Amino acid sequence: MTTSLSAPAAHVAPQEPQQLRPDRARHTRGGLVLRYTLLALVFALLVGPFLWQFLTSLKDSSESIYTPNPIPQNPTMENYRTVAETIPVFRYIGNSLIVATSSALLNVIFGSMAGYALARLRFRGRTVADVMFLATIIIPFEVIMVSVFLTMRSIGLVDSLAGVILPTAATGLSIILMRTAFLGLPREIEEAAMLDGANSWQRFRTIALPSVKGSISVVAIFAFVFAWDDFLWPLVILKNPDNYTLTVGIQYLSGTFSANQRVIAAGTMIAVIPLLALFFSLQRWFFMGVGEGGVKG
Amino acid sequence: MFLAPALIIAVLFHLWPFINTLVLSFTDARALGGGSFVGLENYGRLLEDPNFWLATRNTVLYMVVVVPLLVVLPLLLAVLVQPKLPAIGFFRSVYYSPVVASMVVVGLIWTWLLASDGMVNQLLQALRIVQEPLPFLTDASLLLFCCMLVTVWKGLGYYMVVYLAALGNVSKDCHEAAQVDGAGPVRRFWSVTVPGVRPTMFLVGLLGAIAAMKVFAEVFVMSYGTAGPGGQARTLVYTIREVGLGLGGEVGYASAMSLALFVLTIGFSVGYLRAQKAETP
Repeated sequence: MTTSLSAPAAHVAPQEPQQLRPDRARHTRGGLVLRYTLLALVFALLVGPFLWQFLTSLKDSSESIYTPNPIPQNPTMENYRTVAETIPVFRYIGNSLIVATSSALLNVIFGSMAGYALARLRFRGRTVADVMFLATIIIPFEVIMVSVFLTMRSIGLVDSLAGVILPTAATGLSIILMRTAFLGLPREIEEAAMLDGANSWQRFRTIALPSVKGSISVVAIFAFVFAWDDFLWPLVILKNPDNYTLTVGIQYLSGTFSANQRVIAAGTMIAVIPLLALFFSLQRWFFMGVGEGGVKG
Repeated sequence: MFLAPALIIAVLFHLWPFINTLVLSFTDARALGGGSFVGLENYGRLLEDPNFWLATRNTVLYMVVVVPLLVVLPLLLAVLVQPKLPAIGFFRSVYYSPVVASMVVVGLIWTWLLASDGMVNQLLQALRIVQEPLPFLTDASLLLFCCMLVTVWKGLGYYMVVYLAALGNVSKDCHEAAQVDGAGPVRRFWSVTVPGVRPTMFLVGLLGAIAAMKVFAEVFVMSYGTAGPGGQARTLVYTIREVGLGLGGEVGYASAMSLALFVLTIGFSVGYLRAQKAETP
């Protein structure tokens, strides 16, 4: 067994130079069998629960969901229909889309602007700005949650999607990621542009921003997924069930419908399938984000 | 001004609320009015509040159990998926998928698996390991323990990727030299891999600990919002929400509790980083 077998291995972490990986050329047959057995075991542990839930969601009401046979005998979409009849699930999907998309857009715009200023511009009070952004990272949101709720109430944003979005519209992590990206660009081109009379906004828009598309994707994806998955803050600020995001709505469904596992299973699938699709189509950005965020954030 | 939007958000929704939390913690503010200065009364009440101590105990316990698992298991997983072999990229991606799912989804999936008539109990009974179904979700201690396992289950893939980046930097020469010297895989893991990723292990420990102190969704979802019988599986964030945003809306008291959480988090982080500094020569 040699590395010649390794050709089809998907390249998940493009920024990671391959030659740094210890290349253990001598995989023994026994070692490989053991490794793949372990891989399959972990696969079953991590994917099994999703699969079990998915299959439960397809079983019709005549079939027992307690049988050890996981395969539905008469696969049905009935449970998904029941979800739509019980909660306004399309509305919740819409709300989650609005929240997640706005959060992604705002983090890209505000995060790149602030990151650019911190990386390139000279101005008074930059230490103060640094400290402020650092503080937003150090202070856990859970600590200030009650107080943020009061702020939202005084500006009339309780029970609104804007109230869900705004606190995460420019996270410290987005700013740091963008700042790091801009610091990695060569200064010379911007300096040349400056001599040609380009102001800082022009340099930002036409030179710097187009060069950091990778980091922009990472920031957008992480903000989107975080906002889509977030539960505590939407739960706190949204009161009227019509305004719920999907996570809060699914939890609400499980509360009112706790007897029917098939329907709850269908609800969870509605919440998770779009994200899994997003992940599998854009996975290299996800891995890149963990690498950068985990190490530097 | 480039910084303006981000600064406004930071001030309005992070810094001002933090200052406000400090101020409110010395008042008897409620959701509907009130707010006169009461000195240290809220803090005195904290010391005598059995729910606060229970929540603190559960939160610290959560950290103590979850952090070692999150430091060790993802490292083993990363070593498992590191070599370039057929289909290994597929396994990496799939192992990451619980990370992208919402904790609500993950919590509900496990609620179903761990229910008294759920898959896990069926399996245990079929294998004659237990006679009666185990009360995974209805016994407070078991519930808390199950939540911890769910946290670990969902976090594995994330920290695996963090470790993969670090493993890429472990010197290939060291591995080869060790191999030439006749060191087996286990020996090489202990003598080459572990020292190589030691800083990353510290980092993962810190990230895991901070996340564990903020645990909420697992407990809330898997107990249908009750934190177990009598709220015995409550965590600090669960209790803060209940006190400050529940029917009573005791904002002042919840603020004092929030600051206790803040001190716990920051205190731990500072102590942890000091310990790390002392370790590294």
